[in-house]
Amino acid sequence: MNKPLPNTYRQGPDSRGRFGPFGGRFVAETLMPLILEVEQAYEAAKRDPAFDAEWRRLLTHYVGRPSPLWFAERLTAHLGGAKVYFKRDELNHTGAHKINAVLGQILLAKRMGKTRIIAETGAGQHGVATATACALFDLPCTVFMGATDVERQQPNVFRMKLLGAEVMPVTSGAATLKDAMNEALRHWVANVQDTYYCIGTVAGPHPYPVMVRDFQSVIGEEAKQQMLAAEGRLPDALVAAIGGGSNAMGLFYPFLDDPEVAMYGVEAAGRGVETEEHAASLTKGRPGVLHGNRTYLLQDADGQITEAHSISAGLDYPGVGPEHSWLHELGRVNYVSATDDEALAAFQLCSKLEGIIPALEPSHALAHVIRMAPTLPRENIVLMNLCGRGDKDIFTVARHLGVEM
Amino acid sequence: MSRIGTKFAALKAEGRGALVTYLQAFDPDRETSLGIIRGLPGAGADLIEVGVPFTDPMADGPAIQRAAQRALKVGATLPGVLALVREFRAGDDATPIILMGYYNPILAYGVDRFCVDAAAAGVDGLIVVDVPPEEADEIEPQAKAAGLDLIRLVAPTTDEARLPRVLAATSGFVYYVSITGITGTRSATAASLEEAIPRIRRHTDLPIAIGFGIRTPQQAGEAARLADGAVVGTALVDTLAASLDEEGRARPETAGLVLEQVRALAAAVRGT
Repeated sequence: MNKPLPNTYRQGPDSRGRFGPFGGRFVAETLMPLILEVEQAYEAAKRDPAFDAEWRRLLTHYVGRPSPLWFAERLTAHLGGAKVYFKRDELNHTGAHKINAVLGQILLAKRMGKTRIIAETGAGQHGVATATACALFDLPCTVFMGATDVERQQPNVFRMKLLGAEVMPVTSGAATLKDAMNEALRHWVANVQDTYYCIGTVAGPHPYPVMVRDFQSVIGEEAKQQMLAAEGRLPDALVAAIGGGSNAMGLFYPFLDDPEVAMYGVEAAGRGVETEEHAASLTKGRPGVLHGNRTYLLQDADGQITEAHSISAGLDYPGVGPEHSWLHELGRVNYVSATDDEALAAFQLCSKLEGIIPALEPSHALAHVIRMAPTLPRENIVLMNLCGRGDKDIFTVARHLGVEM
Repeated sequence: MSRIGTKFAALKAEGRGALVTYLQAFDPDRETSLGIIRGLPGAGADLIEVGVPFTDPMADGPAIQRAAQRALKVGATLPGVLALVREFRAGDDATPIILMGYYNPILAYGVDRFCVDAAAAGVDGLIVVDVPPEEADEIEPQAKAAGLDLIRLVAPTTDEARLPRVLAATSGFVYYVSITGITGTRSATAASLEEAIPRIRRHTDLPIAIGFGIRTPQQAGEAARLADGAVVGTALVDTLAASLDEEGRARPETAGLVLEQVRALAAAVRGT
């Protein structure tokens, strides 16, 4: 063996916020003291039982956790191979997994004495979750959203406004998630005294990747217990979609040291990873530094960031959380991809067979399940994170199917 | 002594602060950009910051974001920027050149090779906005070995506890970001600068230049008197942008208008 493998995959990050060579704190000096303040506050909150109790109270009575574990019997029969289970995080209040980490972060912001909240959003799920928590806690909220995404996610834009948030369309760059994050960081720099930046994924400068992962790990912790109760054993494989990678990290993390559990992170292949139009940063990118961390990025030979493409606004990001980059290089998680068309087919199949309209993001994960399950023996178990519901996507899907609404 | 150190020492002997100018390389095209940079020392710029275009300039306002987009559109790359500096250096051996930009293009180039090539091209210092002291080992050893100054930003949010750490990782001069905000958005009050600069001076003997939000000759003059230099960027980029035609191309008067503004700033800094 050339390189000793770690005896646990759950030890990261180190004190510099590094997962192996990935992660870190690559931000301008103006933000640096604030990043350190967030880190200190999070470390203190983590050790405070009252903080945990309040977060869990909200998860139970406001979000509706634990989310069910559903044996997708008709889909399983249709695929004719491994048993397929869904972790139903689309049943959470606000319709996706994002609310788990948002509530944790809003409680942290209140602890820190911050009086206003900003967030970036792609599909709008994180924006809606943040706007929801801000309504609940009576905090003013500004959500930065690429103008392209504002256009293709109108229902979520309207939801955020109903919840009292201000939605700022971002027109720089390709006007999608990457640009929304740039703009949120710029706004934060200018409003450091009173503002907390609630990041929606396991990316950004330390401590965001570890903090969001810790909050989202509630998904995997529940799933583990539920699977043991249902089947008396752990699943053979986990499957989750990857944009920044928060739902995947949340599902995977509690299972990382269970060697019998294989893991698949599914990136968006857009029009195909052989084209220029995809969002598969681990499959086709290489390490670089963007948005405060070192990670795999879609970039050209000169280190300029290239635009991502996906039918799913939530996966349309040229980077990925640093812990995923590390797990990719260690080979603990297999990173694969699914195209727009495969996701659309999975979206329709799930709706018809299970009576569940999934979001386009987990439809990518499902596309991989559809490829994989038939090749596996019937006693195998595949657990997929159904991390969001598809109501927000029906207009996009209708347009792609040529249906007038 | 480095060109940066020599320049600040000479200006101190003259009894005045420095005018530091910032423009993006290749904005709006290579030839216009080279023409402006070549004209800057004659127009009164004491040190020249050359912005390295990047797709995602996290600390920059709309004016510099658009400048980066114009530059990238005409094919700006980091090797191209180094070639530009080399051509400037062939005709000017005294004016310090500082590259200012973001880390990813340097990473793509290769940090070791970049520091060697930059020094060989005639670059004197680097400002890498998104590499704070916490990540200094990424580039500091290579920059030092190549004889490049690593200029760090100090912000109003940099508190007393943190200041020594930031300054310890700085050489050449200290770049004081006078506002909590991005480039070109607002200006600091004279009172906040009069509080901030002595606070930094207590911790360092390095020259201090004030940047972010300095637009007018009067502001530049005041900043250069209060500290050791004034950095003007967005105001020059705005002038350049306003001079372009509908397609974003330079007009014959573009370089002249920028240099005329530099002369006005220089006059105020020199108190003439």
